[in-house]
Parts: sequence; C-alpha cells; structure tokens
Amino acid sequence: MTSPASTDPVPPQLSAGPRLAQGPAADEGLARRLRALACTAPLHDLDTRKANLAGEYSVYAMAEVALAAIDLVTLNMDFDTGADHEQIVARLLPRVAAQAPHRPATEHERVARWVLENLINVGSVDRGFRAVYGTFGADGVYIRRDYDFKLIEEVPGQGGSVYLRTTDEAVNVLVGALDTDVTSAQIAAEVKLEVLISRGRLADAQLAAEQARYRTVQYAETLRRTLEATRRNVRAVDWLNAVPDMIAEALDHVADRYRHENAILNNIRKSRDEAETGADPKTAEHKRRAAELVDIVKDCIRRHTQLQSRLLEAGPLFRAEQDRQAFAEPTTRTGLDLYGQLVAPLLPLPFDRASRVTDAFFARGTGLRTPASVRVGDLVDLLLTPPVEREHLGAEMPEPDLIATPDDSRFSEEQLASAMELLDLEHDAPRRLSGLLAEARRRDPDLPYLVALLAIHAASPPVGTAYRQGEERLLFAVDDGTPLDDPEFGGADLILGTALLDAAGMTADRTEAA
Amino acid sequence: MSDHQAEHGAAWGEPGSGETPRAPVPEPPGGAVTPADAADAARLVSFGLQPKLLPARDAEYADLLRRYREESSFARIADAVATGLGLVVLEVSARAGMAVTAAEDSVFAVRMGDYARRASTDSADRFLHGLAHLAVAAMAFPRPEDLADDGYIGRITVNGVDAFVRQACRRLEEKAEEEGENTDPATDAPGLESAWRVYARRSATGATKDARRLAGSTTGIIGKAMAFLTDSGFLHRTGDDAGGAYRTTARYQLQVRDMAGGAAMAELLALGVVPVTDGSATLLPPPDPDDLDLVADAGLPFHS
Repeated sequence: MTSPASTDPVPPQLSAGPRLAQGPAADEGLARRLRALACTAPLHDLDTRKANLAGEYSVYAMAEVALAAIDLVTLNMDFDTGADHEQIVARLLPRVAAQAPHRPATEHERVARWVLENLINVGSVDRGFRAVYGTFGADGVYIRRDYDFKLIEEVPGQGGSVYLRTTDEAVNVLVGALDTDVTSAQIAAEVKLEVLISRGRLADAQLAAEQARYRTVQYAETLRRTLEATRRNVRAVDWLNAVPDMIAEALDHVADRYRHENAILNNIRKSRDEAETGADPKTAEHKRRAAELVDIVKDCIRRHTQLQSRLLEAGPLFRAEQDRQAFAEPTTRTGLDLYGQLVAPLLPLPFDRASRVTDAFFARGTGLRTPASVRVGDLVDLLLTPPVEREHLGAEMPEPDLIATPDDSRFSEEQLASAMELLDLEHDAPRRLSGLLAEARRRDPDLPYLVALLAIHAASPPVGTAYRQGEERLLFAVDDGTPLDDPEFGGADLILGTALLDAAGMTADRTEAA
Repeated sequence: MSDHQAEHGAAWGEPGSGETPRAPVPEPPGGAVTPADAADAARLVSFGLQPKLLPARDAEYADLLRRYREESSFARIADAVATGLGLVVLEVSARAGMAVTAAEDSVFAVRMGDYARRASTDSADRFLHGLAHLAVAAMAFPRPEDLADDGYIGRITVNGVDAFVRQACRRLEEKAEEEGENTDPATDAPGLESAWRVYARRSATGATKDARRLAGSTTGIIGKAMAFLTDSGFLHRTGDDAGGAYRTTARYQLQVRDMAGGAAMAELLALGVVPVTDGSATLLPPPDPDDLDLVADAGLPFHS
C-alpha cells in the first residue's frame, strides 16, 4: 500500500514470503462481497443526497423509508403482477409521516415518491445502478469492472400498466442472506421459528416468519419465470432434468411447508387465545404479536397454495406445448433455426461484434420504405408554416351544431298532467275504465287515448321496481270480465285502483337482508 | 369445345374490357415489348411497393399477378423493372402479391439512423434495435419447420418477445455463474460487454409522464420494431394484449427466410462463430425410455 511499486504486476516466482493469493479464485469471494456491498450503496446515497433537495429534509431517515419500500414491494409481489406504484406510495406515507408529524402531508408524499423513484433510478436510461470495482485477472492484471444492478424494476402489467418488482439483489440485500441456497435458508428459518415460539420469543419469531415469507416469494418468482419460458419455447428450458427436479423439489417443499405452517399456525393460535388478557401490558403485547404472526403465516399458506396450483398446471402445459412444438408433422424443407442458430450464439458475443449480425438482420429484415419526395414549393410552405402550439388541453372542441328536434309527442305535458290527475284515485275507491274514459272525453277529446294507454299499462304494474324505488302508491288495473262499452275503445272494462305500498317497511327489510 | 372457348374468352375479356386487348394476343415470337407492357410491369412493381395492399382486395393487382405468372416475357420485364429500381423480387404469388424488398444501398432500404435517432450515436441502442428485430423473427418462427412451412402463421406479443429474450439472457447469466466466471464488463472497454448483459440491464418498461411506453425501455424498443414491421406489411396487429399482439404475414416469412436470416448467418459465420445444430429440436428423449419412475405425487410424467 505504501510503495507505489507494489501495484505493478509481479511475476509469481519472484514474490517471496506469505502474501494474499491473487487471481480469480481469491478475488471471486471479494467480488461477490463487493457486489453485495454495492447493492446497499443506493440506500446510503439517499441519506447523503437528501441535503441537495430543495427544503429541509434532514429530519427524514431516507434509508429507512427505502428499506420499508423494498419490503412493501416484495410483499405485494404476486405471481402475475408486481406491486402498484401508487399503492406503495400510499403505504409508505404513515412511516414518512411518523418521522416528521408536523410537516404537511404533501411533503410526506413528496419524500415517499422521491425515495421510490430513486430506488428505480428514474433518471438513468437503464433505470438501474452501476458500481465499479476491480479484480485481478488470471494473468495478474488488474481490471476495473462495471456491476449493473437494479433494486426495484418496473415490469409491464395488464393493459399497459406498469408494476414494480423487487430484484433478487434487493431481496438478498434486504434479507441479508447473500449467496445462500433458497431452500436451505428456508429450512433454517423454519427451525429458528419453531424454537423461538417454543421459548415464547414472539418478537423474534415474527422476524423469522417474515424472512420465511421473503424466501417463499423468491422461490415462487424463480418458478414463475421457468413456467413462462416453457410456454414460449419448450426447448428454451431443460425439461429433461432441471425443471422436473425443480418442480419435484418445489412440490416437496410446498407439502412440507404446508404441514409445517399449519402446525405453527395452530401453535400460535393456541398461545394467542390461551394467553391471559390480564392487566399485564406485556401479555397483551404478546397476544398482539401472536395475532400478527397468525396473519403472516396465513399469508405464507396462501402463497404456497398459489404456488402449488401453478406447479400442477406445469405438466399439462408442458405436454400441450410439446404436442404443438415437437410432434407436429415435420416439413421436408429444412429452415433456419432463428433462435438456435442466430439468437443463442449471438447473445454471448461482445456486443460490438454482435451488432454486426443484428445490423445485417435489420438491413434486410425490415422491408422497404418508399422515400418521400419533396417539392421545393411544398418545402417553402412547410418551412414558413408556424409550428402548431401543443395545447395542454388538446384540440378545441367545435361548437356543437344543435338542431332543434320537432316536438312530435302524441300528447302534451298538460294532457299527461290532466290524465294523471284523473287517475289519482283514492286507495279505497277503485273506478271502472268506462267512467274514467267518459270523464276524460269531457275534458279533452284526445285525453281518452292517453287514459286508456295508462290503464293498459297498469294491467301489469311493475311492483318490484316500485318497491325498490320507494314509491308509496301504485296504479293497478284488474279485468273482472265486464266488456267495455265505449264508442272508441273495445275490450274489457278494467277496474282501476291505487294500491298503497309499505315503502318504509320495505326499506327496513332490505337493509336487514343486506 | 366451343363452350369452353367462350368461357375462357369471357374470363379474360371481362377485367380488361375497356383497355387494349392485351391478354388474348399470343406472345410474339421475338418477345417484342410494347411501351404498354413496360407500363403494366412497372404498375405491378408499384403495387409491390405498397406492402399492405392485398391482391385479393384489388382486381387490377390480381390481374397483373396472373399475367406475371402466365406470360414469361411480361415476368421478365417486371423483374427487370424491379431490379432497375434496386429491388429484389422474393416471390410473386396470390398469397404474398409481388413481394419485393429493398436491395442493399437501394433508395428503398431502411437505414438505422432514420429508424431510430439515438441508434446512430449510441452503439448499445443500435444493437438493441437490431436485436429486437431479430428476436421478433425468432419468436414468430420459433422452430426451423415454422419458417419453412408456407402455411405457418406466427403469433407474437411485445411483452412475450421481451420475456423471451430476457429468459435467454438469464440462462446465460446462470451459466456464467455456474462456471464461476466474472461477467461484469471491464470499465474501459464498453464494446466488449457481452451482448446479453446490454439487454438484461436495460429496464423492461417504465412509467412516463404521458402514459406512453418508455421509448428507451426494451418493451419500447420491441414495440417500435413491431409497429414498424406492421407498416412494412409484415405483421398484422390483432389486439392490445400483453403490450400489443400481432400475427405474421406471408411476406414476413419470405423476408426472414430468404433475406434477413441468411444475411445474419453469413455475418455470424464471418465472425468465426459456427452455430452447430442439426436443424431439429434440441429437446432430448429420456435416456432410458423404459424407466418410467414418476416423481411421487408430482402428477407429472417427469423422469426423476
């Protein structure tokens, strides 16, 4: 370190005395730890950069908010989608608000959004982070390398929406179990949980249960990717060994966890329900924690069930895809295997060399464009046209050209009012249609038609609708077999009456039923 | 016999009834070309330059196509017109129409710089745009048979293509990790970064202020490629699921099979990479077909 000469590559045979082994083997562990360290940098960075924000934000613990955000996104990740951006902001708010309760809510929201956007790293084109570290190569040459990673990534959801997912790096940083096997870590967490519960240390038990849940989510995520790949291309996934092994492992795991978590659930439920709710606040706290733990374990079980159903779908999916992809009648012509012969060999190449291949494909695979020919006259016009200002509100709506539609109603409003008045019968005094028609005819020669129409309408009154709308009276018509004797109308001389509806009672019934 | 002739005459006479009686005239022995023939041939090529136009929808187009197939001298003129314009004739048929494509350095060729502005300055963007087109083709024709089979119609979505490439990248990453290789690129030699890493680190999507797709994201790049191919008459948009769903056209199959695939292969071989496949599926049968020990409770015919 002190001598500048020590940084020069030294031929191994000349070096004397014990020294740290150089080369890839020794550096691998170091590189891994450096990468792990790098993943935490964005969180520290938040607290460093909060001073640059306009305003006094030092009161907020940004790293804490960031870790909480990663937690929230991880827990809200499902099989198909990720977490909703707005939902995460909303759930972060209580924590942000607790850090500075006297500040306005808009500021809290601003902080939450700032943290989330920085975790996505919205400003960069990759929307990710890059750390630089150095390693010694096999030939002893020191190489600086770029490590690119993301903490929260945006994934496309249904209908063009964007969801958030935490990356493996983020989950690893969060759980603090770097470079460990998913399954074994899960088992370790389980054992820990059981021991903790048996000793009554529920606070630690909750932590362990949450860790187990992170692991479960991570496991599900790996499986989701594999199944998706199979649906696309059977050959892209190793269905001979890797996937069956993984599915078998996952099914074993689900069965195992299910049994285990049900046992835990019963155990905690017992401790939750049996613990005395005395005046002792400590016991009350235990009970509350146990209740929380029950929720967490329930969520674990729900996730396992979801995972299992996906696992069971995997076989039929594979067979169907294999039928489609592998057992179809072979054509006599041989074609180019675009994936196997182009994409797959291309991807491991350095990208400036790979570009030559993609350029060749692009040049001949995009088809043709007829070039637009420009006339000088058009060009002058085009250049002299002032640019169209982009309206914030969009194009101006044209004034609608309204045409007054002629009033072609058969009856006027006055006639309707008059007919309704005529049909406004006392509930205990029904009348015959013939009488009503005669009275209507005296008022207006056109009115009997309207009255007859309303009477026929009342022959089958919409009782249910009237009830639902809270009507108190309803016109009804009954045919008792008497023929109608009228110069203009024929048919039955209906009896018209008004029924009273118990609207208030109905409403009460309805609310009870609901 | 006379009936047959009458029918034949009617069939030919009807579409070109108002024009010069070109069809019934037998081919002159010397192959004398009239200016009218040249005009018709050029008209056929101009139809071919409108890739979205279907012969089934345009009687004149269908007529000229039939003439191309039946009169060899007319076909030669049409081919010559196309070649003179800097076009390559891929196929002339009822299903694909006059399928022509731009020859290299033709005025009709699409240039990367015109296609995406960023691509001319940023080599990573240039690569991603090219890869998007290759991936769309690979996803549309996943197996060699699909590319060879004239009746095959590929169905693809924007998100599907992205997931497909990401999966391939992930496999490479896992493989590199298994081999204990440090795949992080050297800082001072950006061009040496593995191609899959460039794709993997670009974000798949991103929220934008105006709810449009983030242009620089991989789904944005693939979406652009698919929209462009749709304008080229290579894809048909069928829906909005999964970022946009499309199906392939006969022209696209021809273009990939006869032009793009071969050119890219030649370039790959020039780089000294010789992909070895036997043209068949790489999914292998189980080593011992009689050994049908199933995984307990798996419900799956997997060989444990």
